[in-house]
Amino acid sequence: MLGLVLATVAVAFFTLPLVGLLVRTPWSSAWRLLTDETTLQAVRLSLICSLWATGLSVVFGVPLAWVLARVPFPGRNVVRSLCTLSMVLPPVVGGVALFAALGRRGLLGHYLFDWFGIRLPFSMAGVVVAQTFVAMPFLVITLEAALRQLGERHEEAARTLGAGSWYAFRRVTLPMARPALIAGAVLSWARALGEFGATITFAGNFPGRTQTLPLATYLALERDPSEAIVLSLVLIGVSFVVLLAMRDRWLDAAVGRRV
Amino acid sequence: MVRKLLVSGPMRTPSRPRALLVLLVALLAVVGAGCGSDSDDSAATTTTAAPLGPTTSTTAASGTTTASKATGNLTVFAAASLTDSFKELGAQFEAANPGAEVTFNFAASSALVQQINEGAPADVYASADEANMTKLTDAGENGAAPELFAQNALEIIVGPGNPKGITGLADLAKEDVVFVTCAPQVPVGKYSAQAFEKAGVTATPVSYEADVKAVVTKVTSGEADAGIVYATDVKAAGDKGEGIEIPTAQNVVANYPIVVTKAAPNPTASAAFVDLVTSNDGSKTLEKFGFAQP
Repeated sequence: MLGLVLATVAVAFFTLPLVGLLVRTPWSSAWRLLTDETTLQAVRLSLICSLWATGLSVVFGVPLAWVLARVPFPGRNVVRSLCTLSMVLPPVVGGVALFAALGRRGLLGHYLFDWFGIRLPFSMAGVVVAQTFVAMPFLVITLEAALRQLGERHEEAARTLGAGSWYAFRRVTLPMARPALIAGAVLSWARALGEFGATITFAGNFPGRTQTLPLATYLALERDPSEAIVLSLVLIGVSFVVLLAMRDRWLDAAVGRRV
Repeated sequence: MVRKLLVSGPMRTPSRPRALLVLLVALLAVVGAGCGSDSDDSAATTTTAAPLGPTTSTTAASGTTTASKATGNLTVFAAASLTDSFKELGAQFEAANPGAEVTFNFAASSALVQQINEGAPADVYASADEANMTKLTDAGENGAAPELFAQNALEIIVGPGNPKGITGLADLAKEDVVFVTCAPQVPVGKYSAQAFEKAGVTATPVSYEADVKAVVTKVTSGEADAGIVYATDVKAAGDKGEGIEIPTAQNVVANYPIVVTKAAPNPTASAAFVDLVTSNDGSKTLEKFGFAQP
């Protein structure tokens, strides 16, 4: 009974602000704003960059999660903390930190600039870097927890049957951890899609190049709050549809098979 | 660790749900009460605040009883460009009015006016432009007529030693110059665009920043070669940046208005603070930080 009440409060806590947005939406001008070139550019850029960030998070995050879960080494806790610090770091500070590392005068960045002429800040690649920086920990933490929970029994069993460690990982561990991998990837993607602070700090704001939907929304708020509401509805709509589809198609199926 | 929690959990729970339930009910009651009395509250403050504002400002101006009158907490919503100067003015105010405590909320003028119009508890609003002040007066959230208290001109900020040898707006159009401005939605971005138009220069920045401090950071950190900011920002950057003046014919000057809000929780102290900002002493402090007098 109490649980139901609290759960209802929680649901209201999440839905009421959305209802509030819908109530304030200027429907008459919504269509014009949605089909505006700047909006479409921002939507396109947001989707492309967040998918890149998710891809990079998987490519680098899966091995990292595996190392953290399976390979004992001194200072593992410190490494784990360092790799997930960007989750709690204020995103703007994250952006400044990225400057210090990858900017034109940064630790690594000035070699990139001097030797290869690569300048990450103010570029689309910079957006992807900023988004990956804040999004990857979500995948790492989710997957590492799952790998720990699964334990090593199945991998060991596979190995006693003659499987190499890569084969065991690919054919035994990964399929078993698939729900966590997908959940982690979705969380990362959602975080990347909504990323604001690190992006605007590190990559700046230029329509069509680095102005993602959250940035466009924030700047619209400066001029016309109702325009910002329409833009944020686009963001909410896209995420909602994807999360819903993911849940039904992947998570349930994957979880269902395991049980 | 996990097991321990699981064991101790059920043993403690019997008393907890009831306590939580009581807490929840109490919470709902408070929220409900808050909603109910909201309209009466705001009505009450409006009727008292409006007549109080002007009266106290006259007594404060005569300078006899200011010290004893301004007490309690005072919340000032001020444009981000006023951060350093208002902090000093706040310290002066607290020194002159023992028992008064000034709390600042520094942010973009547009964000602040939106917060006030949404009901944020502000006593005083100081904007970096007249357009945002108009948003406040249009909503009827001002307790008196806004007063202009400072002006801020545009300057080009460059790194120490001016490595790219920039002398004016025209240099920003050069291909090898990486420069940033504020987005046209932000006042300083709008002024920058006007200044370029006046100078007859077409230059595209690499980024339209969301606020003027971000422009300063991009230049002082060396990521950009130049940026367009307020004169006060160049001064605040100290030796991390240099200012290149923009000729008056091309320059755009921002006017800063200040006002006591209609719903000011502390109208007496608010009026006294506005008096300090618009006084001669206030002007001197503001000038120290790069502001000009209107």
